[in-house]
Amino acid sequence: MAEPAAALDGVEVDYPGRGRALGPIDFRLEAGEIVGLVGPSGCGKSTALRLLAGLEAPTRGKVRRAAGRGETAVVFQSPTLAPWLSAAANVALPLELAGVARKAAREQAAEALRRVGLGGAEKARPAQLSGGMAMRVSLARALVTTPQVLLLDEPFAALDEITRRQLADDVLALWSEQRPAVVFVTHNVEEAVYMASRVVVMTPGPGRIAGQLAVEGPAPRPPQFRTTQGFRDAAERLSAMLHGAMAAA
Amino acid sequence: MRRWGTTIAPIVFIAALLGGWEAVCWLFAVPAYFLPKPSEIGVALATNAPSLFASAWLTFSTALIAFVIVIVIAGLAALAAAANDLVEASFRPIAVTLQVTPIFAIAPMVAVWAGVDHPDRAVISLAAVAAFFPIYSGALAGLRSPDPELVRLFDLYGATLWQRLSRLQAPSAVPQALEGLKVGLGLSLIGAVVAELAAGSGAVTGLAWRIAEASHRLEMAESFAALAALAMLAAGLQLAFLLLEQRALAWWRGR
Repeated sequence: MAEPAAALDGVEVDYPGRGRALGPIDFRLEAGEIVGLVGPSGCGKSTALRLLAGLEAPTRGKVRRAAGRGETAVVFQSPTLAPWLSAAANVALPLELAGVARKAAREQAAEALRRVGLGGAEKARPAQLSGGMAMRVSLARALVTTPQVLLLDEPFAALDEITRRQLADDVLALWSEQRPAVVFVTHNVEEAVYMASRVVVMTPGPGRIAGQLAVEGPAPRPPQFRTTQGFRDAAERLSAMLHGAMAAA
Repeated sequence: MRRWGTTIAPIVFIAALLGGWEAVCWLFAVPAYFLPKPSEIGVALATNAPSLFASAWLTFSTALIAFVIVIVIAGLAALAAAANDLVEASFRPIAVTLQVTPIFAIAPMVAVWAGVDHPDRAVISLAAVAAFFPIYSGALAGLRSPDPELVRLFDLYGATLWQRLSRLQAPSAVPQALEGLKVGLGLSLIGAVVAELAAGSGAVTGLAWRIAEASHRLEMAESFAALAALAMLAAGLQLAFLLLEQRALAWWRGR
């Protein structure tokens, strides 16, 4: 079996004063796949993501990940842009922190902005962008280092439905260019089925894996994918799994 | 309409106060050495305008030099404190001591250290001491409170201590640092005035000295005129800083 892009082996996370937050959990992220992580709030989805990002260490167990700078990228729930920097400077930040010369970093940032459909917005400040545009800048920043692993923590939660759908398609299109392994955290069942080739369902906290579901179909998704029988069946089954996981707890 | 109202209301209010003051002085025939009429103060202000302007310039430049010096010192101290908790803990007692130290109490010592030939240096040092704490604590508070999500982003990309300080903490500190600077600017002016009274002894002839001088001679109108000049200087400084702060914040926020 090939090396996974990242993995959690028998991982548990305890928080002082709060007890067990996650685990025990075994999880493999294969290179180039998109995994949706769904579960009720407080089940430790974000904790799992932070483990994979290396932002947190497990209490027990082992986290395997590519530890190089820029090899793992995260898109947070909010765009998390520095208000004092232009869009291009925000996108160039990971490169500049890694020591890439300013001019080269800015050129790559401009290219990354073009890829997310924001060519020409290089000089705009975050305050001048809409929520959806700010999220695209955040996405461009995550992709600018060509990461092997892309972690998305409910990135569309604050956006309206039309923008969410548009961005979901854009993320899939961008994924098909670079093919990073993606973990996509959401509490939206349909979004998980639309985005992921495999959906992992978690139990209420402390989160464990309750089951998983493979989603058939091409990626990026063809138009009208949401209306296909396959999509609706997968969404139904995922809903049932999620209910089961919550009832069992 | 509302904007005009807020501009005119204080002018009307101050005019009414001055009118009342003038009327009381007339009615009760208050002697000028006790409380001069506003009209007499106006005359004193006009006739002494050139020398008052020179004194105001001296006080202003003293306060400004102290302000610039303290920005450099407090800024560097705040950077060091933000970079290292031990440094911060070491600085804390001194910063608090500086905050509660009355300028008047240390003025004689500072005057001795500065030397008899350099009372101006003593005044600048004392004004700097007065302005230190708000500037230091404003900068430090700002440096220590960047957006936690941006902190995580810097963690993710393995930023060095210096990268964090220069690219995250320093720019994040701008709004709070400006707040500290605003308070510090006022205090550097107060510090300059108080220090001049305490350590000036006639060699530094800024506005404070003019106020004291005139009072000693019972020239109350001249004393009030110098006080009015000081008030105008303070108001002008605050206004200039407010405009500067607004522009800086607009740049920082990006709109």
